[in-house]
Amino acid sequence: MNAILEATGVTMQFGGLTALNDVSFGLSEGEIIGLIGPNGAGKTTLFNCLTGLYAPTAGQVGLRGITLPVDPARVTQQGVARTFQNIRLFPSMTAEENVLVGRHVRMKQNPLSSLLHGPGFRRSEADAAEHTAKLLAFVGLTKFSDELARNLPYGDQRRLEIARALATEPSVLLLDEPTAGMNAQETEATRQLIFAIRDLGISVVVIEHDTKFIFTLCDRVLVLVQGELLVEGTPDEVRGDPRVVEAYLGAPPDEVDAQIHAAEETR
Amino acid sequence: MLPTLLSQIVNGLVLGSLIGLIALGYTMVYGIIQLINFAHGEIFMIGAYGGLAMFTYLLPTFVQQQWYLALPLLLLAGAGVSVGVALIMERFAYRPLRNAPRLAPLITALGVSVALQEGVRVFYPGATAALPFPKVFVQGTWAIPVPGGTVPLRWTGLLIIVVSLVLAFALNSFVNNSRMGRAMRATSQDRDVARLMGIDPDRVIVLTFVLGATLAGVAGILYGADLGFINIDIGFQNGIFAFTAAVLGGIGSIKGAVAGGLSIGLIKALGGQYLPGGTAYDYVWIFVVLIAVLVFRPQGFFGETERVRA
Repeated sequence: MNAILEATGVTMQFGGLTALNDVSFGLSEGEIIGLIGPNGAGKTTLFNCLTGLYAPTAGQVGLRGITLPVDPARVTQQGVARTFQNIRLFPSMTAEENVLVGRHVRMKQNPLSSLLHGPGFRRSEADAAEHTAKLLAFVGLTKFSDELARNLPYGDQRRLEIARALATEPSVLLLDEPTAGMNAQETEATRQLIFAIRDLGISVVVIEHDTKFIFTLCDRVLVLVQGELLVEGTPDEVRGDPRVVEAYLGAPPDEVDAQIHAAEETR
Repeated sequence: MLPTLLSQIVNGLVLGSLIGLIALGYTMVYGIIQLINFAHGEIFMIGAYGGLAMFTYLLPTFVQQQWYLALPLLLLAGAGVSVGVALIMERFAYRPLRNAPRLAPLITALGVSVALQEGVRVFYPGATAALPFPKVFVQGTWAIPVPGGTVPLRWTGLLIIVVSLVLAFALNSFVNNSRMGRAMRATSQDRDVARLMGIDPDRVIVLTFVLGATLAGVAGILYGADLGFINIDIGFQNGIFAFTAAVLGGIGSIKGAVAGGLSIGLIKALGGQYLPGGTAYDYVWIFVVLIAVLVFRPQGFFGETERVRA
């Protein structure tokens, strides 16, 4: 299958610390990939490399076979959008304006026309407003359109971040812990939203700690441990893999017990 | 009684709208890069000298004699010279310090301010003393009849009020309802995320300096036309007022800059008329009010309280 987004040998070192070591994977069109791993495994670092925030020490990221530049603005232009682990909306702008900022790379306005409110400017603003209204309806936030982003309920802020990312018309959407801090009902709504996004033809990579969520959402799961891609496969394959259980949940209970006993005896 | 009060209010509004026009440049630059651009007052001064230079050395006599020909050209020249100087300043003085500790660009701004002022003093012919500014608008006053007498309003004063308000409204509309305006606000709130939305921060910063310098250049011409002379100190003096206005109104806020400017104009005019000490103490009242406002509302009239980002 043809990969739309492809990471090849991505390595990221900060000083002496290797945050990512030779990570390669491909994302196919219309696929949902889950990225799991313990805290500090390098998941968000990988997202930062994929979106041009970090220049990988080695390796590269390609979109449809073209290497992506190390420039977040141009990566967005080319069709990769993301959300953040800690919500990073523009707090003093309304929900609508946040999404409109997402339209930035898809709008054209000539400066003179913007100052004089010429016909080109008004058409461009009207198109953007229409697109924005559709996206807010898509994520179910129409009623909060004129509310400041910082005043939105927590779960809705996460949905607004997704709407803002979608406004850039991405072909790949990266979601960093989209259900963190959500209750079961909100998590289920988010799952449906991600399926709906996939049905729009957008490929999705999801970072999440909630393994139950990931295993029921994704077509494929990557397990990142200490910067290395440990296991890759379908949810069923990954769930059953003993290395994953050990890396993600710690050693099996018997072993932990044995270690505790050993520690007590030496004392 | 009433004519005196209204006259001072009129004076206050004329001065205040001019201060507000300059304050917009301070507040926008601060909003985007958290720099108090102390050289902005000199950008205003240089706009006035740019207009004067054009009038003196470039305009043929028949254009000089017709204000409706000369004024638009002078406004263009003033804005153009201010924008040019601001662009050079941003590119060579501030951009290299973009990621330096905040104190470095602040000191640089003070240095740029002194350099520009001295540069004009040394290189502009005759700038060691005040220079007469051409009368590029209708001279004389409009005597507005009110109960008990008349209130004089210079036509140039009316020009200042009208142009300032029109430009402030245009700017506000641009910042709130256009692609680059939203990009400016987004950059001021979270520069990294703005970049991830495809916004180039350098372009936004350049645009901010261009807009601020345009307004300052226009203000320089209007100031010269109203006062009838200019000298190299006008940038420092009005720059301090404008900076105070931006803080009073809430730095970063466009509405705040205009409201702050008008407040300062009114305090100066009314304080000079009615408070003890007269005009000798009118500057004092401006800063008394500033201190009082900052004690009870540190973020200014329209400013936002600084929040710690989680």
